[in-house]
Amino acid sequence: MSHYPLKRNIYADDVEREPTRAGFGRGLKVAGEIDENVVALCADLTDSTQMSKFKEAFPDRFVEIGVAEQNLVTVASGMARAGKVPFTSSYAAFSPGRNWEQIRTTICLNDQPVKIIGSHAGVSVGPDGATHQMLEDIALMRVLPNMTVVAPGDSVEAEKATIAIAKNGKPSYLRLAREKTPIFSTDDSPFEIGKAYVLREGGDVSLLGTGTMTYQLLVAAKILEEQGIKAEVVHVPTIKPLDDRTILASVQKTGRVVTAEEAQFAAGFGGGIAELLSEKLPTPLLRIGVHDRFGESGSPDELLELFGLTGDKMAKDIKHFVDTTPQYHR
Amino acid sequence: MKMQPTIIELEHKAYALREDLITMLEHAGSGHSAGPLGLAELVTTLYFDIMKYDSKNPEWNERDFFFLSNGHCVPIQYVAMAHAGFFERNELKTLRKLGSRLQGHPERTKLPGLENTSGPLGSGLSQAAGVAYTLQYLDKNSRRFVYAITGDGELNEGNIWEAAMFAGKYKLSQLIVFIDRNNIQIDGPTDEVMPLEDLHGKWEAFGWHVQEIDGHNVESIRDAASMARAITTKPSVIIAHTIPGKGVDFMEYDYRWHGKPPSSDEAKDALHKLRTLDGKITGEHE
Repeated sequence: MSHYPLKRNIYADDVEREPTRAGFGRGLKVAGEIDENVVALCADLTDSTQMSKFKEAFPDRFVEIGVAEQNLVTVASGMARAGKVPFTSSYAAFSPGRNWEQIRTTICLNDQPVKIIGSHAGVSVGPDGATHQMLEDIALMRVLPNMTVVAPGDSVEAEKATIAIAKNGKPSYLRLAREKTPIFSTDDSPFEIGKAYVLREGGDVSLLGTGTMTYQLLVAAKILEEQGIKAEVVHVPTIKPLDDRTILASVQKTGRVVTAEEAQFAAGFGGGIAELLSEKLPTPLLRIGVHDRFGESGSPDELLELFGLTGDKMAKDIKHFVDTTPQYHR
Repeated sequence: MKMQPTIIELEHKAYALREDLITMLEHAGSGHSAGPLGLAELVTTLYFDIMKYDSKNPEWNERDFFFLSNGHCVPIQYVAMAHAGFFERNELKTLRKLGSRLQGHPERTKLPGLENTSGPLGSGLSQAAGVAYTLQYLDKNSRRFVYAITGDGELNEGNIWEAAMFAGKYKLSQLIVFIDRNNIQIDGPTDEVMPLEDLHGKWEAFGWHVQEIDGHNVESIRDAASMARAITTKPSVIIAHTIPGKGVDFMEYDYRWHGKPPSSDEAKDALHKLRTLDGKITGEHE
């Protein structure tokens, strides 16, 4: 297990919080400093997707596209053909929600290093309601050949992930959240595309989290420990390509698996883990996330509660799963 | 430096491309006939007169860009590329076959010299605009031009008008677009399926410099491109009126030839018509 330093006091009430999109905003500026070919395109949401930092630093390399998500990604495809590394941003509900075919043909099949930044993903968008709560983006992006899919766990990791995808030379999707979420990683925590990280060791069950749900799994693991269940928490920021080796090693050890994501788990992260396990290492599985329904208006906290996406609720569900499910690979 | 071809040479070249096109489509057993035939003069003039490129060095960093937005018409581009030396003419026989670099719709990663991957309609214009923006504002290179061809049925797509607004806003003057105005699409005449007129007025309203030409007159095509390059304040669109199936009388104007190749007998008949200019001269190579 590689060492993964966690921030101190992450379980305290005053844990530091910041939206992952803020980390993206910082990271994009750094990526722009590193590589002058990095350019940014936005569909009329520059401030809320946090492209404004890049725009201030490099006004000549920022392109306003207007409310036109199909044009957003196809203009970016052309700019990539001309040697640029284009970052495109909108809300995930619109990009990749509306322009999936353009992403498929002109970016993935065409193999151009365009970066799709989907902000405001998940139910935690809150009062805007189901239209703006993107839950199907992981599924949409995960099935595309050539595409890399990253859902950072917190803002610190989002910054690192942004800098990393600027350099990978491939089509990439970065999934971001609107709301402030707890920061559990540190500047020294590792991030590499395609790598999963064991944040907490245990032998009774593997808790695989992606995006900001990893923090909730850490909270759940702490609660479960008090109940005598030793959970291993594995953070999986890269959904495609999956770090099969790290995931399978943990599951081999624990014999029970839980996945958590703020998205439809069908064909999503949980779907991907189910595919992996059913072929390589069949293991009892509990998938936490949204299942075959849309979100609705409400406060972010109310909605996370409603969908069972808080550490407290997860701990209850995981306890029941562990108590009623045989442990495999023993 | 290559010699500027004469008008007669370009006209003959266009018919030579048509012959190879018919043969390759018959061999492929599927594909589109009418659109590519109608584009022969446009593609010929682009590849053998207007554009600068190096077929032995397709990534040459001073080349002009060419984006075929209506990817289903790629057979005529493949033929032009073969004649221009990007690959051997012999390879045209592999069109649409397993393992071929000549995919049914163009794939950039498979064939050097292609600038984009297209087929689903409406996206090529945006890609061309992305390159034009890069040249004009980021690289500040005014020597290179970006040429694109779109279909007319393709103009039903919203993505096209998003690109039209974008190019108009940024006055992408190195972007030169030809619309293949052949008046047919799969379900019938364009004006029955989804009327496009006033097409000229629409593009003007989006901030473009608009020209209308006979798309089978190579001199008009050449002159319109020169005029478009001289316009430095707007993107340019050239509405090229063409005859679908041009050169093969039983395919001309008939929308049913949009999406099918000729049979063996039909191909023989078509080649005869092309080689004899529809019976007006005696064919030399039959």
